[in-house]
Amino acid sequence: MRYLPLDAADRAQMLARVGAPDIDALFADIPAAKRLNRPLDLPGGMSEIEVERRLTRMAARNVAAGSVPFFLGAGAYRHHVPATVDHLIQRSEFLTSYTPYQPEIAQGTLQVLFEFQTQVAALTGMEVANASMYDGSTACAEAILMAHRLTRRRKAVLSGGLHPQYSDVAATLGGMADEEIVRLPLDPHASEDIAAAIDDETSCVVVQSPDFFGNLRDLEPIAAAAHAKGALLVAVFTEAVSLGAVRSPGEMAADIAVGEGQSIGNALNFGGPYVGLFATRLKNVRQAPGRLAGETVDADGRRSFVLTLSTREQHIRREKATSNICTNSGLCALAFSIHLTLLGEAGLRRLAALNHAAAVDLAGRFGAIPGVDVLTEAFFNEFTIRTPRPAAALIDELAARGIVGGLPVSRLAPNAGLDDLIVVAATETSTPDDRRSYAETLAQLLQTGGKR
Amino acid sequence: MNNQGRPTRPSGGETTRRGTFTGNRALDMEEALIFETGRLDATGVDLEAPAPFASKLGAHARSAAIGLPGLTEPEAVRHYVRLSRNNYAIDAGLYPLGSCTMKHNPRLNEKMARLPGFADLHPLQPISTVQGALELIDALAQALLTLTGMSAVAMSPKAGAHGELCGMMTIKAALAARGEDKTRTVVLVPDSAHGTNPATAALIGLSVRAVPAEADGVVSAEAVEAALAPDVAAIMLTNPNTCGLFERNIVEIADAVHAAGAYFYCDGANFNAVMGKTRPGDLGVDAMHINLHKTFSTPHGGGGPGAGPVVLSARLAPFAPAPSIVGTGDALSLAEHHEGRQAFGRMSAFHGQMGMFVRALAYILSHGGDGLRQASEDAVLSANYVRASLIDLMSAPFGDRPCMHEALFDDRWLKDTGLTTLDFAKAMIDEGYHPMTVYFPLVVHGAMLIEPTESESKASLDLFIMTLRDLAMGALGGERERFVAAPVHAPRRRLDETRAARQPTLRWAKPTPA
Repeated sequence: MRYLPLDAADRAQMLARVGAPDIDALFADIPAAKRLNRPLDLPGGMSEIEVERRLTRMAARNVAAGSVPFFLGAGAYRHHVPATVDHLIQRSEFLTSYTPYQPEIAQGTLQVLFEFQTQVAALTGMEVANASMYDGSTACAEAILMAHRLTRRRKAVLSGGLHPQYSDVAATLGGMADEEIVRLPLDPHASEDIAAAIDDETSCVVVQSPDFFGNLRDLEPIAAAAHAKGALLVAVFTEAVSLGAVRSPGEMAADIAVGEGQSIGNALNFGGPYVGLFATRLKNVRQAPGRLAGETVDADGRRSFVLTLSTREQHIRREKATSNICTNSGLCALAFSIHLTLLGEAGLRRLAALNHAAAVDLAGRFGAIPGVDVLTEAFFNEFTIRTPRPAAALIDELAARGIVGGLPVSRLAPNAGLDDLIVVAATETSTPDDRRSYAETLAQLLQTGGKR
Repeated sequence: MNNQGRPTRPSGGETTRRGTFTGNRALDMEEALIFETGRLDATGVDLEAPAPFASKLGAHARSAAIGLPGLTEPEAVRHYVRLSRNNYAIDAGLYPLGSCTMKHNPRLNEKMARLPGFADLHPLQPISTVQGALELIDALAQALLTLTGMSAVAMSPKAGAHGELCGMMTIKAALAARGEDKTRTVVLVPDSAHGTNPATAALIGLSVRAVPAEADGVVSAEAVEAALAPDVAAIMLTNPNTCGLFERNIVEIADAVHAAGAYFYCDGANFNAVMGKTRPGDLGVDAMHINLHKTFSTPHGGGGPGAGPVVLSARLAPFAPAPSIVGTGDALSLAEHHEGRQAFGRMSAFHGQMGMFVRALAYILSHGGDGLRQASEDAVLSANYVRASLIDLMSAPFGDRPCMHEALFDDRWLKDTGLTTLDFAKAMIDEGYHPMTVYFPLVVHGAMLIEPTESESKASLDLFIMTLRDLAMGALGGERERFVAAPVHAPRRRLDETRAARQPTLRWAKPTPA
């Protein structure tokens, strides 16, 4: 087996040193009746070329997003990632190192995390950020727990513009932890009255912008309403690129900002691994979950970085920890950080403008199709359309014509009465031809009533 | 000079080393922060401005500067390459972090995960366009069930601790279905457990009752029976445990737990020791997470991403969270909602760590069943080889008895030296090794937990052993300076961690002019 350096002679010598007659003597503590005394029911080992054949065959059964006109977002976004990013994250020293527990020989990772935290804080307009969470949905659920700790209350109000699966994750954890989770109805028009749902028991309101349907929301009045009742605003975003074009959570007085960082530096990966971003005010940092890299000096007085404030964490505080998170998304955070460094402020703003322009163009094309309504007024790179026929069937018909046209809302919210809505995203990876093709095909499908 | 005659220290000693103008020391480079070298108008990405169009951002447009410096591509490449060189990595050397399983990360797996048919796939694409992805997840799930002898697997948890949470939530859901979730609120956890275990229990409102281990390092059925009561929801037991020992009373423990109406959660962090040797399903386990980033070699990436699928017994299977794969053959689908099942909810958006699944399956296919068993045997043999080669110099808390895939020492042998476990660990850095896990498990004073894994050649193990023996003899022979000053050859000497915590500086800020 190509990954196992020991050979039979090595093993014999080593057993002799150990003083064991055979390898099974080392497994003697396994109860005899429970030893697996037969081969595993798995095929034999494969050479590289065999593994490649097998997995390439599976991959070929999928339609790669880049091979078709592609307009799906809803929490994961297809952007162009410079080749440099993937090259750099495959450096052995980044890829195959562990959590930086020995800082003297992990300054590379630690400095990257310090830079990442600073970038995330700047992007979100917050004071501090942690070293990453698993993804946006789990970061959101952890933000709610943090708000509970800060306010000593146990009720969270979730906006109807929050990604339905984020709400599901928060409700799952909340239900298990005996918290009250109030889910406002799905709100395609961003017309809900969140302030009215906040009372003296509310620890936080959780509001996404751009929201699940693409609406840009003004969080400032919501923050004011929350603060007036002693509650906190948790601001959520699933498209980090939007922050190059729209006001940040920090500017709108959010107390905790969480989001999905996938869209900067990371591939779609069928949903993971992604990278959760988590930022807050400095005064709250001791209640934050996750790792934090901080600056210090070494014995020679040189600037150095180290994991710090670990008395919040599970390996020190055990059941009193702020979270159970241990492994997070280090390598995805590195990809995020490298891509953002390559973009810089100027590049991020231009990338955001290109995304917005693509979506505005596509929305304009849809507006010209009889029977199709663009519901979203203020948006970034994603918006919602209403179609005269059930959206799920339309999306399947589009797929049969080689177009991935977006998300039928009914897929994530099957019983919400929103079966005629499609959430559509257009990023810089879509070409004018792609967008024309989508609009023309949709118009044709609607004209022919879907009969093929 | 060490045993192989290689000089590891400059003959003149540290004090004569001359400073350099740059602060660099040849290949050991100082590197500024991007915030000190980057410019707001610099970019490493060429993007054309869009043609003029009517913005739909309304009043939401961002006007204020963000504060993100950019670097051109050559500058960025140099920045990150120079930073990378300050990291230790398994690709560069033996990485014996106990409980972390730092084994070789095959590059084939990286290549496979980057196939556009996997990497460039959106989680919400029409199901007809992702049949191969579902096939892959299903194939990995089946392999994990075969390896563990369990009934079902929840694939979505994103890391080990997330898997623990998933497993404990499944147990809580099963208790709720019995109407006992309000009365069974205690989890039994041995003192030697990973910190994630009690933290996980606390997250979902369960309290922790400690179970003591016996003098020989394992938990007895009697101790568990004494702690069991009608308020106990589950036991969380790591097996093999964090002392590197197989819980040999596990069957009796499982029986006692089940007889008391509770469930058995097994922390599977150490599954690398027992692949093909025994199956958790045969031992009475109800739920166990598997760290794909440990046992199945997906790279640790400086702290993630990981993946923590949870295998479940038949009695817990109905409560597994969404999503799950349904259907067979050419017509696989995803159950993304409850759909009439007893699924307890959802752990995260989408379907789990697909990128890790591809790597883990490539690893399993490469080894095959025999190869996986051989990997476990080699991991256990290597740990015992290290243990047997050091036991005459260093002290082991449970005496000279075989271990599983990691060898545990304590600090009694350092008692008269004035040196600590930390001093010993830092001296290893100067010898070119990453230290073992130190001060964990907490139940052993000054613990040193060595997990060499199956990836080391005998020559590599021998040099490691000789190095540790040389260090140990040095420590016992009064070579104080070699330890208390260490590391002196690393990119940094010991850090002031107290200062980092007392005056936290968690982000770069523009220096205020003096």
